[in-house]
Amino acid sequence: MSSDPRPAWTTARVVESRPVTDRIRRVTFERPAGRRAAPGTHVDVRVRTPKGEDVRSYSIVESSADGSRLTVSVMRAQASRGGSVFMHGLVEGDEIECTQPLQNFELRHGAHRYVVLAAGVGITAVIEMGRVLHRLGQDYRFVYVGRSRAQMAYVDELAALHGDRLELRVDDEGTGLDVESLVADLPDDGRAEVYMCGPIRLMDAVRRSWLSHGRPIADLRFETFGSSGWFEPEAFEVEIPELGLSTVVASDASLLEALAAAGADMMYDCRKGECGLCEVTISSVRGRVDHRDVFLSDDEKATDETLCICVSRIAAPEDGDAGTGRLTLTL
Amino acid sequence: MSLETHETVTAKIFPHPLNAWYAVAWDHEVTAKEPMSRTIAGKSMVLYRTTDNRPVALADACWHRLAPLSMGTLVGSDEIQCPYHGLRYNSTGRCTSMPAQQTVNPSAMVPSYPVVERYRYLWVWPGDMTLADPDLIPDMSQMSSPEWAGDGETIHAACNYQLILDNLMDLTHEEFVHGASLGQAELSESGFHTKLEDDGSVTVTRWMHEVEPPPFWRRNMRDKFPDFDGLVDRWQIIHYYAPSTICIDVGVAKAGTGADQGDRSQGVNGYVMNTITPETDRSSHYFWAFMRNYRLESQTITTQLRNGVHGVFGEDEVMLQAQQAAIDANPDHEFYSLNIDAGGMWVRRILDRMLAAEERGEDPLSARDLTGIGAAER
Ligand code: FES
Ligand code: FES
Ligand SMILES: [Fe+2]
Repeated sequence: MSSDPRPAWTTARVVESRPVTDRIRRVTFERPAGRRAAPGTHVDVRVRTPKGEDVRSYSIVESSADGSRLTVSVMRAQASRGGSVFMHGLVEGDEIECTQPLQNFELRHGAHRYVVLAAGVGITAVIEMGRVLHRLGQDYRFVYVGRSRAQMAYVDELAALHGDRLELRVDDEGTGLDVESLVADLPDDGRAEVYMCGPIRLMDAVRRSWLSHGRPIADLRFETFGSSGWFEPEAFEVEIPELGLSTVVASDASLLEALAAAGADMMYDCRKGECGLCEVTISSVRGRVDHRDVFLSDDEKATDETLCICVSRIAAPEDGDAGTGRLTLTL
Repeated sequence: MSLETHETVTAKIFPHPLNAWYAVAWDHEVTAKEPMSRTIAGKSMVLYRTTDNRPVALADACWHRLAPLSMGTLVGSDEIQCPYHGLRYNSTGRCTSMPAQQTVNPSAMVPSYPVVERYRYLWVWPGDMTLADPDLIPDMSQMSSPEWAGDGETIHAACNYQLILDNLMDLTHEEFVHGASLGQAELSESGFHTKLEDDGSVTVTRWMHEVEPPPFWRRNMRDKFPDFDGLVDRWQIIHYYAPSTICIDVGVAKAGTGADQGDRSQGVNGYVMNTITPETDRSSHYFWAFMRNYRLESQTITTQLRNGVHGVFGEDEVMLQAQQAAIDANPDHEFYSLNIDAGGMWVRRILDRMLAAEERGEDPLSARDLTGIGAAER
């Protein structure tokens, strides 16, 4: 189900590493047996970058029945933050630190029909979904978008399995994707669930078109790795006059954690910006509120009247001389 | 092949595979008007249909505070609304509306079970949904074939599902349990043949030649041959399909007219369709029907046969419930086997293999694996 268990880290051993296109590499590793990795799952991997250790998420392309053998595909990014360079350097026998398969992009049974939409390396997150929809005899289309065929991984495998259900959209062959018609052409008579994975720009275009056609937002599924705000996390001050409390929220701590450490008894549950239990009223703010939750609507966020303290933060005012961010709350 | 250790084969409370299709309801029981609740393989489900008639099976407990969705209402084209605080879910079990706020928590959902309509039943898959291949639904094609007519019922049986499979795989009990309708001494006197087939099914075949027809069969013969009198050749050919479906080819023909050579024209033929769905460890939904391939136009015969089998199965139900009570009252006593248990023991061994594969996380067994050929090679 959706309530993802906490990541549990183990050591895994690379058993195969080979290129599938110029820039995409397939890495298979073995880890302790558990359960088969479900479609839509990913693993977090500890990568070494020039800036030190960091964590990256990679979608699972293939899993053995007991989940002991997992395959991911990694694109060497042009503006890499170092993760893909590390992954591309792995050779058979190397050890990596990774989590169990984690789920936040679950394929659900019960939709009238399905559309799988993948662009570029986004194919890795949905390839297993396609296999399952095929096996279950579901009504689906598999739309795969790329710049050129040479850069598109797994095309032959997909064509062999999906036949006519596969639609290749290749920019340099003049068949690139028209987002507007993709959404407009979905049948109105029944519902379609869309599972998409690709560049943010494309997913955002689909999302906007989806909403403009008044389609139910629950039917559009995509994965965002981690809640990324508009600004890099930075330290800011917080104050609750009623409690006579004032403290600093460090860049690697949440507002909720800082307030609790300072002795405030705050209400919360999910700590993922979903439930809204931690919503608190803002009485004043210096700087910009970086709303990182999915509880408040866009309209509510625009007013800056409240924020969800488990994930949201304050960024310094645009005018760099005005000092760090500062937040005053009312209970 | 070396001898396998079958730990669960003679278990008294037999576990059930989850990676399997189970009949959950007759097609007409599930509607787009009212949700209904049913527990399958230990999982309570709410069942309903969308306005375009697709069946839906969701967990019968709201994501929020677990109120039963089956007490809620159907709204829109495919949604169900929780009776407590009004959360709404679509047919994939995703929450689509939280009345007290502008947004919807993307994590809010309830499990959605694969469900397929076939052979007049709805079938659900309570296990790993990624393995739910509709081709694995057992063959009950007589239920929807134009060459067969008939009807059936559901028994809510207070016993482990395996006890019902045991009951159906050995019909010598007819002499003792169903003496008034079906029983005759020749049942236990005649030989039978048990075979594990290449497709993973199990067949138990019994022929009784030149016997007096028992009351049930004499009446059926007279429906087709009004002046019939005399001896018959009688057959019972039991077909088991994993995990828990048993279709029994039954009938009688005028003695010596070649029914055992394939010419059944001088007889009457029925199919007893049984599919048993574990509800809990100690209760089962037992769906049955009696199909016939003669006098298809007669509702009188359909009703008479259904009522007749209803009476017969009522006798089984009494025995099964009493057997379950005795099993529970005697926890230190084991099961022992007789020669007549061959069919039931093959069923147990096949289920044991399915359970072991499920534990290893493997795909539902192919026919090859069920016959043990695959197991020997592994
Ligand atoms: S604790 Fe749930 S939104 Fe903050
Ligand atoms: S329990 Fe269902 S909405 Fe609260
Ligand atoms: Fe019986």
